[in-house]
Amino acid sequence: MSDPICRDLSDILRRHHQDPTRLIQILHDVMAVEGWISKTTITELSRALGLPRGQVEGVVGFYSFFLPEPSGQFRVLFSDNITDEHQGSRALLRTLAEALEVEPGQVRADGRVKIGLTSCTGLCDQGPALLVKGRAIGRLTPERLSVIAGLIESNTPIEQWPPDLFHVESHFWRRDLLLSTPCDPGAAMRALEARGSAATMAELGRSDLRGRGGAGFNTAAKWTACAAAPGPERYIVCNADEGEPGTFKDRELLAHYAHQVIEGMTIAARLVSAQRGFLYLRAEYQFLIAPLLAAFAERRSQGLLGPNILGISGFDFDIELHLGAGAYVCGEESALLESLEGKRGIPRNRPPYPVTHGYLNKPTVLNNVETFLAAAQIALHGAEWFCAVGTPKSRGTKILSVAGDVERPGTYEFPFGTTIRAILDEAGAKGVQAVQVSGPAGMLLSASELDRKLAFEDVPSAGSVMAFDQSRDLLGVTQNFVRFFAHESCGFCTPCRVGTTLNRQRMDRIVSGHGTRHDVEDLESVARLMRASSHCGLGHFAANPVVDLLRKFRPKVDRRLASLEVLPSFDLDAALGPARELTGRDDAGAHLSEEGP
Amino acid sequence: MSDPKNTFSLDGHEVPVTAGQTILQAAEASGSWIPTLCHHPEFEPHGSCRVCTVKLNGRTVSACTTPVRAGDVVELDTEELKGLRQNLVQFLFTEGNHFCPSCEQSGDCRLQAVGYALGVTGGHYNPLFPSRRVDASHPDVLLELNRCILCELCVRASAQVDKKDIFALSGRGIDKQLVVNAESGRLADTNLALSDKALSVCPVGAILKKRQGFLVPIGKRTYDERSIRERDLDRAKEDPQ
Repeated sequence: MSDPICRDLSDILRRHHQDPTRLIQILHDVMAVEGWISKTTITELSRALGLPRGQVEGVVGFYSFFLPEPSGQFRVLFSDNITDEHQGSRALLRTLAEALEVEPGQVRADGRVKIGLTSCTGLCDQGPALLVKGRAIGRLTPERLSVIAGLIESNTPIEQWPPDLFHVESHFWRRDLLLSTPCDPGAAMRALEARGSAATMAELGRSDLRGRGGAGFNTAAKWTACAAAPGPERYIVCNADEGEPGTFKDRELLAHYAHQVIEGMTIAARLVSAQRGFLYLRAEYQFLIAPLLAAFAERRSQGLLGPNILGISGFDFDIELHLGAGAYVCGEESALLESLEGKRGIPRNRPPYPVTHGYLNKPTVLNNVETFLAAAQIALHGAEWFCAVGTPKSRGTKILSVAGDVERPGTYEFPFGTTIRAILDEAGAKGVQAVQVSGPAGMLLSASELDRKLAFEDVPSAGSVMAFDQSRDLLGVTQNFVRFFAHESCGFCTPCRVGTTLNRQRMDRIVSGHGTRHDVEDLESVARLMRASSHCGLGHFAANPVVDLLRKFRPKVDRRLASLEVLPSFDLDAALGPARELTGRDDAGAHLSEEGP
Repeated sequence: MSDPKNTFSLDGHEVPVTAGQTILQAAEASGSWIPTLCHHPEFEPHGSCRVCTVKLNGRTVSACTTPVRAGDVVELDTEELKGLRQNLVQFLFTEGNHFCPSCEQSGDCRLQAVGYALGVTGGHYNPLFPSRRVDASHPDVLLELNRCILCELCVRASAQVDKKDIFALSGRGIDKQLVVNAESGRLADTNLALSDKALSVCPVGAILKKRQGFLVPIGKRTYDERSIRERDLDRAKEDPQ
């Protein structure tokens, strides 16, 4: 028991109080020390935590950040969002692979490096981006890649890499109501105490604030239901797992408005009588851990977090940071709660809802970063101030991540009711062919729909706006989105688990020129099935990109379909691949051409 | 006859409902069959196979997990929903490697029986032909993952009844797979016993007791003599929930 790895493991376990709900945090620490999670480590952890071994193995197997086999000292993952792809990420990946003489997807013979792809890393305003050992590097160029290649080749510990590589830029291009009005730490909480809890909840109700994470549920109704739920323990959870491809505004809010977000959580805690909170941060944003912990500490020292907040006896509330581990589905609230409890991120059956049965089955308020920020401002400035902008059904403003083919990608705050055209104009979009609003699960708008309005009742958005100009292949865009959902489906329910893969196969065939009308019919029927019968929102909306493409851009799809009358449902030449590999042949005679001999 | 306050509409017929019943329970109690694969009356509803999808007041939900209340309107056997359920069964056939004619479980398999009952005549989609593991390490039990439909019944039975946690799930999406609770990954290295509940709940032929596959000849098996519809409704009558 004296070898260093065992000592590390017991140190890690001690640091996390051998608490099984902290399994994902523990596995992060194991990854940091060992670079992967071995079978014996899984066994050791399950014993120490009192969990079935299979459960620990299942958690390791669920999250992209946990590796059940050695994957090189330096694991490099290029962001595979469509905006990264359009900025040349695929070519850059090949450049790095060639420089390091490694085959993508394989560990180099000396175990030094492995290069691959990952879902959107949330740096679309400064892409293309990659993660190396989980740390984000944006603004990739051949020059920066050659620096990275050199550091990997010289085996320089990542802590000693030039800090400039990891610098995350900030691009706020438009601030409106929420972001331009000051809210000093503690000010909103003092306003709450002055007004009283009941009156503050009523004020929040009058503001008609709706959740900014996508679903748009009324915030005051949620908080009121949680406050009314029986039981002594309540929890506040901030969903900072923004994984919707193209979204990065929560990254900016946590980097520059963390106090307002925390203040919103503390106000929620006061109003529903919660004592513990969690901020669930997506694993791609590890660079935010230190500043967030510093903000927590600063507020504790100011009496704004911890016991007896504002000197009020019994007003106790504190927040723990919990790191996700690379699973988009954990943005779904009940999957996030499962993950927070140290489990696989599988969405729960509802009812019951988190307001009564949330974290550890206790009443829980779970909101998005932006919702808490808005709630703090409303507590300070009142409902009337908030309702002065927006539309009758969508009060206030929305903070957006604008990326893709625009001159000024970055974060924008717009009043609800603003047209998509005005947003794109402000960001400097030219020759727009289409725009994807609210990520792949949202809406693909054609150029003729740009006068539609940003609002829950027209074009809702959880934050992402991606513009595509006339040069972009929209089939390629849809293929990227469909691939994303196939990768991120949790696999719990039949329609999403199978349907996302069937869609991916069909889009791959169509884009490569092997598709037929039959594939299009399948896409339509699979989409209907997924929407009607999936277990959670991910499955309901995962076929949206396909549905929108077929509805709005059908001629583009039809033009790409193969004109042959009879076509094999698979690529004949690719099917010969294993035979070529076995025989070591790659000459012309070992290939089939579609035109025939 | 029935008090309208305690009934809901099932395909236009008023059907009695008692407080706390799911759509599935209320429908079965009234003699209406809803196909299920991941459901087992002895376990908490799961809602993963989605084959029991119905419409509740116009919204599609899984009948096994969703409570029904007096006055609700439930659609069950509409053409749209029948097509949807056929499609879901086709998804399951497409996803795994299911070769009924050579499968020991043919005639005892719920997936096969539900397929017949719903009029599924073919897989429609090209099979995915996944490469999955067969674990024959255990002297008495065969684990044939090619046929697993990921219903988690064995996971639940082993955890809740046997208290052994022998089965679990790993992976994600289409790569999700059943794993066993042993560092070697082999069933032989678990404390599985032939009397375990987990061995008797598999709806397909993924978990089989060895040397028993052909004790009962084809033609005399579970669903050869009585249809799955009749069997499920008989069971519901014997064990009203």
